[in-house]
Amino acid sequence: MNTKGDIILSMRGLRIEGQADEQWQEIVHGIDLDLHRGEVMGLIGESGAGKSTIGLAAMGYARPGCRITAGEINFDGIDLRTSSEDELRDLRGVRISYVAQSAAASFNPAHRLIDQFSETPVQHGVKSKFEAEEDARVLFRRLKLPFPDTIGNRYPHQVSGGQLQRAMTAMAMSCRPDLIIFDEPTTALDVTTQIEVLAAIKDVVKEFNTAAIYVTHDLAVVAQMADRIMVLRHGNMIEEGNARDMLANPKDPYTRDLLAVRTFAKDDLDLIPHETPLLKVENVTASYTGGVKVLHDVSIQIPRGRTVAVVGESGSGKSTLARAITGLLPPESGRVMYEGEPLPVALEQRGREQLRRMQMIYQMPDTALNPRQRIREIIGRPLSFYLDLHGAKKEARIRELLEMIEMNPDEYIDRLPGELSGGQKQRICIARALAAEPDLIICDEVTSALDQLVAEEILKLLQRLQDEVNVSYLFITHDLATVRAIADDIVVMLQGRVVEQGPKDEVLTPPHHEYTDLLLSSVPEMDPDWLDRLLAERQLAKT
Amino acid sequence: MPQLVKMVVQRLALGLLTLFVVSVIIFLGVELLPGDLTEAILGQSATPETVAAFRRELGLDLPPHTRYLEWLGNILQGDLGRSLANGREISELISWRLYNTLFLAAIAAVIAVPLALVLGVMAALHRNSLFDRVINITTLTSISFPEFFVAYILILFLSVNAGWFPSISNVGSEMPFWDRVFRCILPALTLTLVVVAHMMRMTRAAIINLLASPYIEMANLKGLTRTRIIVRHALPNALAPIINVIVINLAYLVVGVVVVEVVFVYPGMGQLLVDSVSKRDIPVVQSTSMFFAGAFVLLNLLADMLAIVTNPRLLHPK
Repeated sequence: MNTKGDIILSMRGLRIEGQADEQWQEIVHGIDLDLHRGEVMGLIGESGAGKSTIGLAAMGYARPGCRITAGEINFDGIDLRTSSEDELRDLRGVRISYVAQSAAASFNPAHRLIDQFSETPVQHGVKSKFEAEEDARVLFRRLKLPFPDTIGNRYPHQVSGGQLQRAMTAMAMSCRPDLIIFDEPTTALDVTTQIEVLAAIKDVVKEFNTAAIYVTHDLAVVAQMADRIMVLRHGNMIEEGNARDMLANPKDPYTRDLLAVRTFAKDDLDLIPHETPLLKVENVTASYTGGVKVLHDVSIQIPRGRTVAVVGESGSGKSTLARAITGLLPPESGRVMYEGEPLPVALEQRGREQLRRMQMIYQMPDTALNPRQRIREIIGRPLSFYLDLHGAKKEARIRELLEMIEMNPDEYIDRLPGELSGGQKQRICIARALAAEPDLIICDEVTSALDQLVAEEILKLLQRLQDEVNVSYLFITHDLATVRAIADDIVVMLQGRVVEQGPKDEVLTPPHHEYTDLLLSSVPEMDPDWLDRLLAERQLAKT
Repeated sequence: MPQLVKMVVQRLALGLLTLFVVSVIIFLGVELLPGDLTEAILGQSATPETVAAFRRELGLDLPPHTRYLEWLGNILQGDLGRSLANGREISELISWRLYNTLFLAAIAAVIAVPLALVLGVMAALHRNSLFDRVINITTLTSISFPEFFVAYILILFLSVNAGWFPSISNVGSEMPFWDRVFRCILPALTLTLVVVAHMMRMTRAAIINLLASPYIEMANLKGLTRTRIIVRHALPNALAPIINVIVINLAYLVVGVVVVEVVFVYPGMGQLLVDSVSKRDIPVVQSTSMFFAGAFVLLNLLADMLAIVTNPRLLHPK
C-alpha cells in the first residue's frame, strides 16, 4: 500500500453550503480528510452525499450556488481558502487537475483535442505549444488511445466516449500535477469501456505517482482504484479506512448496506409456459432516416407474466427495439405479434385498446413527468383516457394505485413532481403505467438514473407488482446486476443483432456467447484484485 | 463540404421562389392602392380623355395579369424595364442608388458589428457590474427612440453645435472615397445606434447562456483567465445565434433605412421606393422590392453558411 509519502492535501472541519430556494443550507458538515502523496482516496456515497462538492473543494473551487463556509483546505502548505483567485488559477490545471464525469460535455465542442490539451501547459507557461503537443502524443499513447499521433486533431464529437474520457485523463496529466480529482469518470460509460478507462487511469496514476481523489457511487469501482475509502452520506463522513480492510470488514451499517446492494434476486420460475406468448417480435429490421440499419432481423418473445431483460451497450439497438415494438419507429420489415395477432406497425394505426395494453416507463422520471401537473392529474389521465373512469371512482382508483406503489395518498396526491425525490418520481411513473391496466410494461433503463439503494427498492416494487397483477416486463438495461435481479429471460444484443437469448440461468451459466462472456466478466466485482486479475487473464488469452 | 454546396443550391432555388412570390404580392399591393400613375402625374384637373390617352400610351389600360406577365417575361431576360414616370431605364435609375445604399450600410456595419461584439463580450465578462448596466441602459435607450429623433439629436450635437460633420449627406457619383465616408458619418452613426443594442444583447445573452456548461467549468478548473474562458471557450459556441442576429440587422441596414435617408437627404434606394410608391410607378417599385427581397435571401443564406462553417460538428462530421 502506497501511503508512505508526506501529506499533500489536508482538510479540516470543511463545511459547504448550497443554495436551494433562495436559502443557504449546509450540505457538507465538517469533513476531515488527509491525502498522502501518490495515494488514491475513494469518496463514495449516493447522490446528495456531497462527494463531488468535496472533491471540487480540494481545488479551492465551489460550483455556482455553493460556498465554502468553514474549515481549512491545505494543499502542500498552501491555504486554499485564503488564496486569491490568481493564486488558485496558478495551481489549477498545473498542480491540481480535474477529470469530469462526462468527457463529452466537458470538452469544448469548438476546438480540437490537442489544442485543448496544450492549452493548460501553454497558458501557464509550463511548456511551449510544440513541447505540449509532443507530450500529448506521448500521453495519448500511454493511455492506449488509438492513433495517438493523429487522434488529437479530431474534434470531441469525432471520438467515442471511452476514448474521450482517456483523452481527458491525458489532459489532466498535461502538467504532471500532484493531485487529480476524478469525478465519476466512468459512470457514463458501458461496462466494457469502463474497464479500459479504469485500467488506463490506474496505470498513469501509478506511473507518475500522482495523488488522486476518486469520486464515485460504485463501490466495486472504488475497490479497484483506491488505497483508502471514505464513505459519505448527506454530507457526513460515515466511515473511513484502508480499502481492503473496509471491504472485508465494513463497520457501519450503511456501508454494509452499500456492499449488500446487489443481493436481491428473484426466485427462479421453473415452468416454461407453453401458451402463446403475449408479445412476439418476428424478424424485425428497422432504421432511422439516413438509412443506417439499427436493428437486424431481431426476433424475441415475451411470455405473459414474465420479465424479459434486453441487455447491451449503448448503440446496441435495445432502445430502438422498444421504439419498434411501440410503433414509434415502424419497422422496415418483420412483424410484431400480440397474442398471436399482428399489430399495426405504426403508432397512429393502433387503436386505443391496443395502446392501453402496452405502457412505457422511462429512464429519466424528471423529464417523463409534466412538472406543472399534480400527481392526481398525472395518474388520473390514463384512467379517464383508457378506462373512462371519472369522479369518485377515478379518485378511489388513484388512491389505490398510490397505495400499490407504497406512497401515502393523503400525503402525495396533491403534490407536484418537483416536490418528490428521484425514486418517488419513478414510482409515480410506474403508477401511471399501471393505471392503464396493461399486459406489458416496457421499462427503458428505469433504474440507471437512480442511486443503488433506491434502484433496489424500485426493482423490488416492480417484482411485487408483477406477482400481484401478472404483468409482463420488457426490461431494457445495460446493467447486468439489474438483469440478475429481475429477469426471467435474457436477450443479449450487440450492434443491432440478438447474439444470445434464453432463460436467465441458461444465459448466465457458461458456456456463453463470447460477447456475453465479455459483458459478464466486465462487471466490476468488490474484490480489490479483480481488475488486475481480469486484465492479466485477458492479456494471457490474447497471446 | 458537399453538404454545404447542396444547401447553397437548395436555398438559392428557394430564394428564387421567394422572389417570385414577393413580386406577385408587391404587384397586387400596388394595384390595390386607389388611383394610378396617370392621376398622380396629370393631377385632378385632367380631363378623362387625356387620362385615358396617357394610360393607353403607358399600357396601363391592359388587364393587370397581362402587365404582370409582360414584366415577368422581361425581367427573366434581364430587362428591368423603364420607369413609367420619366421613361428612364430602371437599371440606370437604381444602380447608383443601390450603390449608395450598400455603401451606407457597409459603413454602418463596419462600425456597429465589431462594437456590438466587443461590448457584448465585455458585458458578459463583467456581468451585473456597473459597466454592464450602463451599457445595457444606453443601448436600450438608443433603440427605444425613433430613428429620426436619434438622427436629429446627432445633427444637433455633432453638426450644428460642434460643427464636425455635415448635416446633409448629398453624395455625388464623382466624389472621392473618403469624402463620401465623411458625408455618410452621421447617417451611419444613427444606424449604428439603432442596431447595436440588439446585437450586443444577443452576444451577451448567448455567452452567459453557456457559462453553466461543463466545458466552461472545465476551463475554470484548468486555471484559465476569465477573458480567455469567455473569448476562447464561450464565444465560439455562441456564434450561431449571434450570427443570426447580426444578419437580421445587416438586412435591416440595407432595407430599413428609409427614414434615415430622408432625414439626411441621402440618395439611396429607400427614397426611390417611397417616391415610386406615391407615384404608383409599378415597375420601379417592383424592381426595388426585388433587390430588397434578394438582399434578405442572400444575407440569410450567408447566416446559414456561417453557422455551418463555425460549427465543427457540421463541418467535420464523424
